[in-house]
Amino acid sequence: MADLKTSFLGISSPNPFWLASAPPTDKAYNVNRAFEAGWGGVVWKTLGEDPHIVNVSGPRYSALHSNDRRVIGFNNIELITDRPLKTNLDELRQVKKDWPDRALIASVMLPMNAESWTKYIPMIEDTGVDGFELNFGCPHGMSERGMGAAVGQVPEYIQMATEWAKQAASVPVIVKLTPNITNIVPPAKAAQDGGADAVSLINTINSIMRVDYDSLTMYPTTDGMGTHGGYCGEAVKPIALNMVAEIARTRELAGLPISGIGGITDWRDAVDFLALGASNVQVCTAAMVYGFKIIDDLVDGLSNFLDDKALTFDQLVGKAVPSVTDWQHLNLNYIEKAVIDQDLCIQCGRCHVVCEDTSHQAITNSVDGVRRFEVLDDECVGCNLCVSVCPVDGCISMQQLTSGNDPRTGSAITEEKLRWTEHPNNPMRKMD
Amino acid sequence: MADNERIKAGRLNKSEIDEGFLDLHPPLPRSEALIEADRCYFCYDAPCTIACPTGIDIPSFIQKIRSDNIRGSAHTILSENIMGGMCARVCPTEILCEEACVRNTHEEKPVEIGLLQRYATDPILESGTQLFERSARSGKKVAVVGGGPAGLSCAHRLAVLGHDVVIFNRDSKAGGLNEYGIAAYKTVDNFAQKEVDYILAIGGIELRNESPLVSAGDLDKLRKNYDAVFVGIGLGLSNELGIEGEDLPGVENAIEYIADLRQAADKSQLPVGRNVVVIGGGMTAIDVAVQSMRLGAENVHMVYRRGPDEMSASGFEQALAQTSGVTIHHWASPARIVGNGHVESVEFKEGLKLPADVVFKAIGQALSAEGYGALQQDSGRIKVDVQQRTSIPNVWAGGDCVAGGDDLTVSAVQHGKIAAIDIDRQLRKT
Ligand SMILES: Cc1cc2nc3c(=O)[nH]c(=O)nc-3n(C[C@H](O)[C@H](O)[C@H](O)COP(=O)(O)OP(=O)(O)OC[C@H]3O[C@@H](n4cnc5c(N)ncnc54)[C@H](O)[C@@H]3O)c2cc1C
Ligand SMILES: Cc1cc2nc3c(=O)[nH]c(=O)nc-3n(C[C@H](O)[C@H](O)[C@H](O)COP(=O)(O)O)c2cc1C
Ligand code: SF4
Ligand code: SF4
Ligand code: SF4
Repeated sequence: MADLKTSFLGISSPNPFWLASAPPTDKAYNVNRAFEAGWGGVVWKTLGEDPHIVNVSGPRYSALHSNDRRVIGFNNIELITDRPLKTNLDELRQVKKDWPDRALIASVMLPMNAESWTKYIPMIEDTGVDGFELNFGCPHGMSERGMGAAVGQVPEYIQMATEWAKQAASVPVIVKLTPNITNIVPPAKAAQDGGADAVSLINTINSIMRVDYDSLTMYPTTDGMGTHGGYCGEAVKPIALNMVAEIARTRELAGLPISGIGGITDWRDAVDFLALGASNVQVCTAAMVYGFKIIDDLVDGLSNFLDDKALTFDQLVGKAVPSVTDWQHLNLNYIEKAVIDQDLCIQCGRCHVVCEDTSHQAITNSVDGVRRFEVLDDECVGCNLCVSVCPVDGCISMQQLTSGNDPRTGSAITEEKLRWTEHPNNPMRKMD
Repeated sequence: MADNERIKAGRLNKSEIDEGFLDLHPPLPRSEALIEADRCYFCYDAPCTIACPTGIDIPSFIQKIRSDNIRGSAHTILSENIMGGMCARVCPTEILCEEACVRNTHEEKPVEIGLLQRYATDPILESGTQLFERSARSGKKVAVVGGGPAGLSCAHRLAVLGHDVVIFNRDSKAGGLNEYGIAAYKTVDNFAQKEVDYILAIGGIELRNESPLVSAGDLDKLRKNYDAVFVGIGLGLSNELGIEGEDLPGVENAIEYIADLRQAADKSQLPVGRNVVVIGGGMTAIDVAVQSMRLGAENVHMVYRRGPDEMSASGFEQALAQTSGVTIHHWASPARIVGNGHVESVEFKEGLKLPADVVFKAIGQALSAEGYGALQQDSGRIKVDVQQRTSIPNVWAGGDCVAGGDDLTVSAVQHGKIAAIDIDRQLRKT
């Protein structure tokens, strides 16, 4: 079994799976159960100043379901901790004592003035926590009060608050970023400039789940009125992965450690984040949907994968980052065609109809009067749509053309690369 | 049927009998229907639709179940097959749509199309929600002879297309074999009549029960008095064995016994033999055998002259008989029926001999052609073309009474529909 013991910013944990700051880490009771189940660390539910906030006493959560009610996406309007600071601090102290080998991080959200940070950070650190995470991401409620995403959306504020936190703290400080921005790089840069030891991302995405089809109000509501929430769970993973990869491949941000968050449900999701540059991961929704036991698959799935690939954990981190680039650098001379394995094909015809209706009319529906689905190489543009919709895994594959002519364009296949930057159709092309 | 020591009611108590006649395929609850609907791939030019004799757009109706658009789903079904509710219960789906489902290739388990079809249509029939509107009245009048699936389907489509219809039906209820033939556990809770009511609710259809048309003069009159005639009279005769002892008391036509069973208010009052022998290998044979078992017969033997593959009852039906406790014998033909004042046993040419209190003849039905001799026939049934036209102008026919069919409810519905569309086309020409 590959060793999953990791050290993130010098904070060690038996595995790289932490529970994200959220209901699973709300209090000692939950956290004790999580540690008993095997989680490597927790980021405690975000602490704030007293008097503590209050939550609505109606629906906080709602979900996007598949037909068999699998939760695909998840929405919440919960605020930060709704318990007194002292209660949280007492429990943090006890938990750290009881679980010395696990990572214990305090998430904090404080008003935008230096005094608050100078006052609270040492008080919290005194409980023995291993580090801080600054919540600049909560997109609802707290942002209306000038905190959370209201800070995370203004790089200058991020930098300022990070500096205050760093001055007051002697343990590492992680800055948790909001995805509710147009470009993730400036906020990450601001965190780095403020002295952050790492960034974590993503927090939740502004969302309204749906309307109620009877009342035609938004859904869910509190006494007839609703407000946007934060979206998370499996559906947000691709958005999170892009932001993680953007940070990981930005030269100015090189070396800034990333804690990856967003939709992680099984070990493969963790591999995605790690290979794209995160060096540890956090989970919230999957635990809220299935309970803490999912840690079993996360841990031994990742470990078996590393064994199969003969990689160490550290070798996996960032492995896929060099493969991420800008569109303009893709090789436009590279050609693939779809190939259907007729032995696997169950003849549903989906590939035909989607290519016919919405792509390039490149798949037959019959050959010599018999129902049969075959790719016409002289029409196929290699778009991967048919592969995406075919219900049989592995039935359609994309295969590279390596010699001869592309039957679609008639041009000869060449090993020479042609990028948009040099393409004759590009009016702005760079001439050598 | 006689009620005596050998053949009597009450071999099982009422609750045991009720249990045996519960819904064979209970309806899916919403949760299961949604999961099952999710299994459909929404195929292009779907093989299941091609395999459905009425051509229901199956992927579309399943898609609509997924989105809780039940009215839309039922409309997709009923606009091709107005008896989509009954067909969902009685179609041998394993040799029709579900056999063609591409999921068979993938995992040898088709989408449960029949159960989904029932899920979509039940609430509409239950609530009587009208999904169809009649076109502007054409002023034309069509006579439909026979109120079974073929006749009702034809009448409904004609009514939708704006024509007025009179149905002349022999029996005291409409529905044909849906009401008098199909196994009771396939159509519980008087569903056949609910469906008839739903079909008639479109308006423009006058149903005349107990109005058989049995003379050549009748047909001539109809042709004179109506703009078109559709004949859907089913098969009125049961085939005979033609062997010694066939007239002994206790030798019965399966069809008649089933009709009594279907009409019985209390099945525990039905007389049933202790030892029952069924001769035949079709759906009727299976149904009478299984239902006898469920009424309390101790031994039911079904004897067929050829092998399992030649049986017209599907594999599912054969398995149902076997799991119900029926013993099936193949490759045996009856030689004579033996008894003294009452049947006692059946002897077969191959040497098999079975004791019997009751012998059911279920070796097929034939067209009762009386009154229809003017219509050209083909292998004992009415000859029609692809538009269901008979040899006589302005007379169409469909269902079991025509040649070349497969004696299924769904096919009868399709014949009625095709005929109605062609009749409409003809009537609009003149
Ligand atoms: C026991 C049994 C079980 C079956 N099980 C199944 C099954 O599970 N699934 C399946 O798909 N199919 C089954 N079938 C076949 C199916 O019932 C028939 O194919 C279908 O009912 C044919 O419809 P139809 O309208 O042609 O005739 P019928 O249903 O026979 O209806 C004929 C109608 O015409 C009327 N009629 C008859 N003669 C005259 C006349 N001279 N004048 C006026 N009216 C007349 C009758 O009153 C009746 O209403 C079964 C058949 C039997 C006998
Ligand atoms: C109900 C709920 C409450 C949350 N509360 C907090 C919070 O107090 N502080 C915080 O930093 N993030 C909070 N989050 C965000 C999560 O920590 C996490 O960033 C986000 O849900 C994405 O990860 P996931 O897809 O694994 O859930 C909350 C999320 C949920 C669902
Ligand atoms: S890759 Fe795209 S163009 Fe080619 S066959 Fe598939 S869907 Fe059509
Ligand atoms: S989508 Fe896949 S299974 Fe369906 S016809 Fe195309 S290749 Fe065959
Ligand atoms: S063949 Fe099966 S999977 Fe395809 S549309 Fe029909 S029911 Fe759905």
